[in-house]
Amino acid sequence: MSQSSDGTTLLPALTGRRWPAGRVTGASGQHGQTAAKRVQFTSRLLPYLFLAPQLAIIFTFFYWPSAQAIHSSFYLEDPFGFGSTFVGLGNYTDVLKSGEYLGIARFTAIFTALVTFFALSIGLLLAVKADGVIRGNAAYKTLLIWVYAIAPPVAGLIGMMFFDQHIGPIVELARWFGWEIKVGLNYGDTAFAMIVVSVWKQIPYNFIFFLSGLQGIPVSVREAAAIDCRSELRRFWTVILPLLAPTAFFLLIINITYSLFDTFGVIDVMVKDKAANNPITLVYKVYMDGFRGNDLGGSSAQSVILMLVVFVLTIFQFRFIERRVHYN
Amino acid sequence: MAAIDIAEVSKIYAGGVEAVKSVSIDIEDGEFIVLVGPSGCGKSTLLRMVAGLETVSKGTVKIGTRIVNEVDPAERDIAMVFQNYALYPHMTVYENLAYGLKNRKTPKTEIDARVTDAARMLEIEPYLDRKPRALSGGQRQRVAMGRAIVRKPAAFLFDEPLSNLDAKLRVSMRGEIKRLQKRLGTTSLYVTHDQLEAMTLADRLVVLNGGRIEQIGRPLDVYHAPASTFVASFIGSPAMNLVKGSLEGGSLHIGTHAIELGYPAPAQGRVTVGLRAEDLRPAAIGDETLVFRVDYVEELGAQRLVHGMVEDQALTVALAPEAPLADVLAITISTERLHFFSAETGKRLYRQKVGAAPAHREIVNVEPAL
Repeated sequence: MSQSSDGTTLLPALTGRRWPAGRVTGASGQHGQTAAKRVQFTSRLLPYLFLAPQLAIIFTFFYWPSAQAIHSSFYLEDPFGFGSTFVGLGNYTDVLKSGEYLGIARFTAIFTALVTFFALSIGLLLAVKADGVIRGNAAYKTLLIWVYAIAPPVAGLIGMMFFDQHIGPIVELARWFGWEIKVGLNYGDTAFAMIVVSVWKQIPYNFIFFLSGLQGIPVSVREAAAIDCRSELRRFWTVILPLLAPTAFFLLIINITYSLFDTFGVIDVMVKDKAANNPITLVYKVYMDGFRGNDLGGSSAQSVILMLVVFVLTIFQFRFIERRVHYN
Repeated sequence: MAAIDIAEVSKIYAGGVEAVKSVSIDIEDGEFIVLVGPSGCGKSTLLRMVAGLETVSKGTVKIGTRIVNEVDPAERDIAMVFQNYALYPHMTVYENLAYGLKNRKTPKTEIDARVTDAARMLEIEPYLDRKPRALSGGQRQRVAMGRAIVRKPAAFLFDEPLSNLDAKLRVSMRGEIKRLQKRLGTTSLYVTHDQLEAMTLADRLVVLNGGRIEQIGRPLDVYHAPASTFVASFIGSPAMNLVKGSLEGGSLHIGTHAIELGYPAPAQGRVTVGLRAEDLRPAAIGDETLVFRVDYVEELGAQRLVHGMVEDQALTVALAPEAPLADVLAITISTERLHFFSAETGKRLYRQKVGAAPAHREIVNVEPAL
């Protein structure tokens, strides 16, 4: 999308400035577009130097902690830091044999599927509707987008207030239908509230991307479809949605990642200091075991398992779903 | 196939901008009508109102016997060809052609037959399984035409379909559109800003300016008897020379030059005089002459365009390439070939029809259809 066009325009601009140690190949010199894409450096170290800041960040915040996690997942750590014992795959077998862990894994899967599905479909619905609005559409868009500016813990707090026993409007509404919502006490009710708040928080993000995706569909293509097909719904399924597929695919990955990891703040606010029988996701379990239970080894093993799950999921998505996606 | 009747149609946008001002065009069944005018003249808006992509603010649009003002675009029995082709990028060429038919519940065998037929006609058979992005601009335009043809609609609407093509392709596609339209006999409404395209394609052309019709007529009638200075300067290349002059008695004065008309002047006093560059020629002995100072010359091969001044007024003369050039030329024009326009309104001043006019110049006297 926008990144690729940025990339191609950036290079000519840079080469035009003539890097001190760089040299542009090709007969047309620094103003050839094709030549500008192939930049060779006189020094072999220079490209690595340019990459260094990014690599440093990735290394410090991803590879190193990952390596640490893998390392400590094979050890039983003393809770007070007085040493560790090598236990091999013991942490892993403990985790995978635990019925509690498997229950949380099941809940995480359901939670992720529901949050992803509702966040995507509601975001898409709103984008389609906002795209059709002609008068005052800027106001609508701003109102829909700004929930995204709220930090996850704050969203969690606001969400909690929606579900508050005394002042929560959603609780009030449910009471009308004879449903007594007890967040924090009832497993199902807490799960419901967690899903609702997580979806609510993610909708604006999906909305922005779907809206820009919709606006990227040429008007004339829509008009041609309007002449070719009477039913608006059918037009949406046969023309608009296939053209939105790249956006939807991107969002699918982002939303799954969001549901798995970024909902941490929401969950934390909802279940912190509550009775133990509350739904949590795998990420929260990692945090609980590691930082509350001080079981660093077991927590690390869970992190590694989670890492593998994401790894497999990503490969699966790119191999099987992306094939069906049409890129322009 | 159907006639299209556009009756006093206006388009008023929110904010009060009137893009189309009470336009009426009666299009006969099978006719090829070209809407031509500069950008912003409302030609596309008018076309889109016929297509149903814009609402009609005032007036009625009738396709066949049906008033279609409130009819959905898909129900109007029209097909449109867009400037940027507007092909569905995720469908193959075949699917692009079949899409409109499929949505109309056409039987599969019928779809297949029609698509194959259209593909053969447009010579796009080898590309039927390709996606549009694998096609060149000309091929895409053919597919867009094919999408219109397979539907067998009552009318084709073309919105500047050739302006994204290079000059050479544009000429050949122009010919093809004309050929196809003649063969299919489908009523067509075609929008362009290119006067050459308008002249070559149209059965009748409609010159629009500022949302109003300046003139409707057959291309040659419009060319030979433009109804206003706007039409005169828009139709024909190079544009018609328009100079200030005055009619006194039976003679025309341009600056200090006086030319005897030889027929009754259509008006008296100040007028705008129109002279086609190709009607001007070097003066022979005994002609009324204009003294023409040459500024510069454009060589076009088949002719040369000489730009210069007659006293303080600019003039362009189209001369044969073998005509001798000098800094100052004596040029002349047959008085039958002069066009007169009101100096105030720019409207054409029509000559009295007199029997004395020579037969081969009768075209000068043809009244435009307006």
